[in-house]
Amino acid sequence: MDKNTVIKIANLAKIDISENKVDEIRLSLEKILNLVDEMNSINTDNMHPMAHPLNLKQELRKDEVTVTDERDLFQKNNKFTKDGYYKVPKIID
Amino acid sequence: MWNPVIGLEIHVQLNTKSKIFSPASTNFGSEQNTQACAIDLGMPGVLPKLNEEAVKMAIKFGLAIGAKISDESIFARKNYFYPDLPKGYQISQYEIPIVSGGSIDITVKDNIKKINITRAHLEEDAGKSIHDLFEQESAIDLNRAGTPLIEIVSEPEMHSADEAVQYLKSIHSLVRYLGISDGNMQEGSFRCDANISLMKKDSKVLGTRAEIKNINSFKFVENAINYEIKRQTNRLDNNEEIVQETRLYDPSKNETRSMRSKEEANDYRYFPDPDLLPVKIDSKLIDDIKNNMPELRKDKKERFLSKYGLSQYNADILVSDRELSEYYESVVNHDGIDKKIAANWIITEVLAYANKSNTQVKSFPVSPSDLSELLLNICSETISNKQGKDIFSRMWNNGEKANDIIKKEGLQQISNTSELNKTVDNVIKNNYKSVEEYQSGKEKLFGFFVGQVMKETGGKANPKIVNELLREKLKK
Repeated sequence: MDKNTVIKIANLAKIDISENKVDEIRLSLEKILNLVDEMNSINTDNMHPMAHPLNLKQELRKDEVTVTDERDLFQKNNKFTKDGYYKVPKIID
Repeated sequence: MWNPVIGLEIHVQLNTKSKIFSPASTNFGSEQNTQACAIDLGMPGVLPKLNEEAVKMAIKFGLAIGAKISDESIFARKNYFYPDLPKGYQISQYEIPIVSGGSIDITVKDNIKKINITRAHLEEDAGKSIHDLFEQESAIDLNRAGTPLIEIVSEPEMHSADEAVQYLKSIHSLVRYLGISDGNMQEGSFRCDANISLMKKDSKVLGTRAEIKNINSFKFVENAINYEIKRQTNRLDNNEEIVQETRLYDPSKNETRSMRSKEEANDYRYFPDPDLLPVKIDSKLIDDIKNNMPELRKDKKERFLSKYGLSQYNADILVSDRELSEYYESVVNHDGIDKKIAANWIITEVLAYANKSNTQVKSFPVSPSDLSELLLNICSETISNKQGKDIFSRMWNNGEKANDIIKKEGLQQISNTSELNKTVDNVIKNNYKSVEEYQSGKEKLFGFFVGQVMKETGGKANPKIVNELLREKLKK
C-alpha cells in the first residue's frame, strides 16, 4: 500500500491525519491486508459465502407506524437547528 | 456520426406506511423532521429492521418484469458524506440484489422494443436539503430519510431521448398498475438518472458516459438527454474528450452542468451491513404474491379491445394509466351507454380539460357517475353531442350536474318524429318559393330548410331526424 492510498482513504472517511502519522498508519493497514491475504490463501471454491457472521436470516417487521414525533427531544442538544430544520454549511451544486 | 447509448436508473418510492428500516411514517408533506426517528437519524445504538411490505413490493415488481427473485439477498452500506444522509452511509444492495434480469416492452413509432433490465434493488431514500431558506446555511429535513425505494437499472439499450421517455413511461405505468408506488413525480416519488454516451456508428466500443442526476419529469428527461447528446456530439466532433462525470439538468436554462461536489464521492466502499442479516425469500411467499397480482396493462388492453370493441388507439390511451382505465370502466358500467362514445368522450373532452388544468384522475371534478349521467343523455339523443360539450364545460368548471343543467336550460332535444313532422310541414308550406327552387336543382338550399326548422324549435330539434324528414318531404 502506498502513501497516497492512505491519504485517499482518510479523505473518503473524513479522518484528519497528520503527515507524520501516514507511514505508521500505512504499516498497520498493511498488516491487516496481510492477514486478509493469508485468509484468501484458503481454497473456498465450493463454499457458500456468508454475508454475516451469524448464520441467521433477517426477521421482517410488519408495515406499521409505531413511533410518534420526537423532534424536540432530538434537537434539544443540537444548537445547529432552526425552525425545526437542521442547519449545515451551504452546499450548492 | 455518433450513435447515442442510454441507460436509465429509476428510483421509485414504495408506498408503504412506514419506512424501510424504521417504524416512522412515510407521509409526504408533514412538518420538517417530525417523521425522522432515532433509526432514520442514525443515532448510536439503533438497529434497522426490515419492512416486510417493502420486500413484497420489490418481489411484485420483479415478477411483473419476468425477473429472477433471489432466494437470498443482502444489504450493503454505500459510504459517502452528504448532509442529507445522517449515518454517513446509505443502506442499499450491491451484491445479490433482490431482483435481477427481466425486461419490459416499449412502443416507439408503432414498433415494440424490448428493454432489458439489469437489476432492481431495495434501498433507503436520503433526506432533503433546502438551499434557499436560510441566508448562511442549508436547511435539512430528514422526513424522507429511510423511505423505501427500489432502484431499477436498465441495460444501456436505448438510443434516443424518445426511447428513454417511453421506457420511463412504461415503468411508471407498471408501478402504478402494481400499486407499489403513487409515481408522483412532483413529490419525488419517481425520479431518474440517465447515463449517456456516444458510440461511433458501426463500432462496438462504448464511449465515455456522463450521468445526469435526479430528473423528475418526462419532459425534463427528454430535454436533458437531447441536450447531452448535442453537447457530447459537439465535443467529439471537435476532437475533445468526454469526461466521466455527474451532471445536473437545469430546467430553467435547459442545459446540463457538472456537479463538482459529487466527483470525489464516487468511491463508495460498499460492504455488507453488519446490522442486517441476509433476507431469505421462500417460494411460498413468491407464489402468494404471484397469485394475487393485479391485472396488468397488457391484459387490460386485450380485455378492453374484446369486451368494449375499442380501437387500438383508444384502448392504448385508456390503459396507459391505471386510474384512467378504472375511471372509464366505472363510466361505462351503466346500461344505455355506448362504450365507444364513452371512450371518445374521455379521450377528447375529459383529458383535454384534465391536461389544461393539470389534474390527476383522482382529482377530476367530474366523477364517473356524473359523466355517465351526461353520456346517457347523449346516447339517448336527448341532447346533441355539441350541447353535451357545453354542459360538460359547466360540469367541470362549476361542478353542476348534467340533468340539472338540461332541466334548467330546457335543453332536451326534440327527437319526437310526429312533433317534428308538423314543424317541417310548416316550414315547407311557408317557403314554397324556396321549395320550388330546391326542387329545380338548387340543392344548396337544403341547409336553409334545416336552419328554419332549428329556428322554429329554438335549436332543440334533433338534426339527424330533421335531415331525414326534410329529404323525404322535399322529394318531388
